[in-house]
Amino acid sequence: MTNWNDRISPIVKSVPPSGIRKFFDIASEMEDVISLGVGEPDFVTPWSIRESCVYGLEQGYTSYTANRGLLELREEICFMHKRRFELDYNPKTDVLVTVGVSEALDIAMRTILTPGDEILIPEPCYVSYKACATLAGGIPVPVPAKAENDFRITPADLEPHVSPKTKALLIGYPNNPTGAILSKEDLEAIARFAVKHDLIVISDEIYGDLTYGDTKHVCFAGLPEMKDRTILLNGFSKAYAMTGWRIGYALSNPDIIAAMTKIHQYTMLCAPITAQIAAVEALRHGEKYMRKMVSEYDKRRRLIYDGLQKAGLKCFEPKGAFYIFPDITSTGLSSEEFAEKILMQEHVALVPGNAFGECGEGFVRCSYATSIEQISEALLRIEHFVSHL
Amino acid sequence: MRELLELLKHDARRPAKELASMLNISEYEVEEKMAKLEKDKIILSYNTLINWDKTGENTVTSIIEVNLTPQREVGFDAIAERIYRFDEVRTVYLMSGSFDLLVIIEGKSMQDVANFVATRLATIEGVTQTRSHFLLKPYKKDGIIIDDKEKDRRLVMSI
Repeated sequence: MTNWNDRISPIVKSVPPSGIRKFFDIASEMEDVISLGVGEPDFVTPWSIRESCVYGLEQGYTSYTANRGLLELREEICFMHKRRFELDYNPKTDVLVTVGVSEALDIAMRTILTPGDEILIPEPCYVSYKACATLAGGIPVPVPAKAENDFRITPADLEPHVSPKTKALLIGYPNNPTGAILSKEDLEAIARFAVKHDLIVISDEIYGDLTYGDTKHVCFAGLPEMKDRTILLNGFSKAYAMTGWRIGYALSNPDIIAAMTKIHQYTMLCAPITAQIAAVEALRHGEKYMRKMVSEYDKRRRLIYDGLQKAGLKCFEPKGAFYIFPDITSTGLSSEEFAEKILMQEHVALVPGNAFGECGEGFVRCSYATSIEQISEALLRIEHFVSHL
Repeated sequence: MRELLELLKHDARRPAKELASMLNISEYEVEEKMAKLEKDKIILSYNTLINWDKTGENTVTSIIEVNLTPQREVGFDAIAERIYRFDEVRTVYLMSGSFDLLVIIEGKSMQDVANFVATRLATIEGVTQTRSHFLLKPYKKDGIIIDDKEKDRRLVMSI
């Protein structure tokens, strides 16, 4: 009998499967589970955005678009970056509309990495980063961020991992899973590091609109001399509650965007026109709905931050995204044991921190993209669990 | 204060403990602020939004456009007061446009409401005309969709 497994590419085999499969299967079977394990907004896409898509379909917008995306969408994307970050991107040459940030991430890696090239990836981080680098033929070099720095990455953390083969750095702040953000000063230090080692920086700013309190998001490409060196990735999934639409974009210098467009045109052709129409509406008229959702997340953030501390779990105050990353080492359990036990005993689903890199061990990721009622109930259960260990 | 009011607007039954967490103040401060807002009549009441259709109770709501002759010195206020003092009258607004007052009345039956309009409302001195519209079906009230079929369709866990 043919062993099909032997015929699968060793590169694909080397990529590990999802770290939450086991928990997902158990949680899916539970009736009264409260999930703090969801990585997407609990809001449905604002109606005006949905309605614009319906109207577009009625008008017969069902064709391919330009490979780079509808020009009006690219114009809106550039206009927004000009307005918010004083950044001048040319809609004709510097933008590529992609199928979510996921595609942008994949083709950015494939565009810049050749076999043997190393890319620095601070951890804990979104699980696709390392996998995409590997699948692109590159070598992901994980760089642990320190818990005592609230998981903010610094040049001192990065420096020991630089080699002659280091070609790029991938940063994702506000961060999934920690909720950490980087200040302007933090980013400026990273910018100096990138210049020193002549690195391309991929900056995944999908959670950029989700920052809280007085902290405003700083766009990495907006720092002096960083624009051309940066491949800026963003999309509509998190801020506009549009995960299922699969729509994102990349901004960079014309050469890199042209090269990324080549891969995109041969593999994806274009992002769905329906999602592109909706994205235009999101940028033109969606900001007020987005701000309202952000203010909702903020209330939940404060509730869960306070509640987890009262339950006896140490955590730093997350300033971005919609995750909080409590330290569970005081319970004597590993991340996976904690996640499994609390799921079985209290029916609370959350994600073990080590799913996001080894240095996430000792932590769990809780998403607060869920209703206040659910968060309150989850906090009671967590408190009960921790006090009965 | 604005934040506290926004939170209460969405759910007046939120425990002080939760409000305190979200506002980053103590429970005592929450209670104190609420007491002051009540005293200053900024918070007027804590209502419940009820879908009466589901209870099987019959209620009839009528929206009435009322035209008035304004009076010297007091304008529309005195007549408005004569109208809003009635228990049957739930809401009264002074309006711009082709009529002066918008009056919402609740009663047990259409007969009931029609009777009130004919004998009490239309006969008030200064009321020159009324036009009644009966409410057939509520779709959305105070920001709440009455029969909202949208639900959480997300996967139970995702990275």
